[in-house]
Amino acid sequence: MGSGPSDVSSGAALPMAIKVLIAGGFGVGKTTLVGAVSEIRPMRTEEIITEASVGVDDTSGIEAKTTTTVAMDFGRITINDEVVLYLFGTPGQDRFWFVWDELSMGAVGAVVLADTRRLAASFPSIDYFERRGTPFIVAVNCFDDAPRYQSEDVKLALNLDPDVPLVLCDARLPTSGREVLITLMEHAMRKAEPALS
Amino acid sequence: MASAEDRREDVWHDEDAGPVVRPYAMTRGRTQPARGEFDLISLVVATRSIPSVAAGLQPEHVTIMRLCQRPLSVAEVAAHLNLPLGIVRVLLGDLLDKGYILAREPQPASHMPPERIFKAVINGLRSL
Repeated sequence: MGSGPSDVSSGAALPMAIKVLIAGGFGVGKTTLVGAVSEIRPMRTEEIITEASVGVDDTSGIEAKTTTTVAMDFGRITINDEVVLYLFGTPGQDRFWFVWDELSMGAVGAVVLADTRRLAASFPSIDYFERRGTPFIVAVNCFDDAPRYQSEDVKLALNLDPDVPLVLCDARLPTSGREVLITLMEHAMRKAEPALS
Repeated sequence: MASAEDRREDVWHDEDAGPVVRPYAMTRGRTQPARGEFDLISLVVATRSIPSVAAGLQPEHVTIMRLCQRPLSVAEVAAHLNLPLGIVRVLLGDLLDKGYILAREPQPASHMPPERIFKAVINGLRSL
């Protein structure tokens, strides 16, 4: 247990960075949540993707590849000298699953934000993390004008595994956002336990 | 008379074309870093004060050195430079190759952090 992570470049004196994903449907408050808990103004980084265009036959052949820019918003919380937590909002468009793959690689866990008025918008994220085995929790962002439901009813509607925590939050509030992250970390730690002999 | 010819122009010079071509000119066409992996959350720090441009460095390298006087993640470096990640990875690889920066890659994807790290994060979040 004592050996650190890969420090091939003798950067072992640097803090350890940990990544958490904030997922959910478009407009559910991902960037709001990142902004509420981040110590820096949320930043945006871009990846340029070259992808073969699909579905359309074109006779000229010159449109075989297109480039797309995928933007990712992220924030940071410095825990102490040893650990820094990074929060990445996942890009909304379904066709960017390969970016999700890159983002999920090495992620400690994920928060799926949900809106009770559009629960179905969170299904793809839930499916994705279930399939990948990434520890995740669901946080219901309580919009002012959205109807309130019991957590158990929402869990049922989402068809969640019983051990997946579901919390209610207000993504605008730092205290609420931090509670969400604490719930995720506790869940991820429980999930990691069997591997930590 | 916005003809087919104009539209064909669009195919080659759409709004994405500029930003794609120019940054890769910055890396002289290289798409992979000479050294290092540079995950989004790899932390990078400069090993020395800011070198002069004469040391075979491009202005972007110097900017990275200035930014990384304190540890920063690869994602933050890219956001500050306003350059795509692929480009920034190549530039960071040059600096790592010259020994101008150190990098710490995150835990391998197959390893969860040790329990004490989880506990540190939970306690840290509680005390914020």
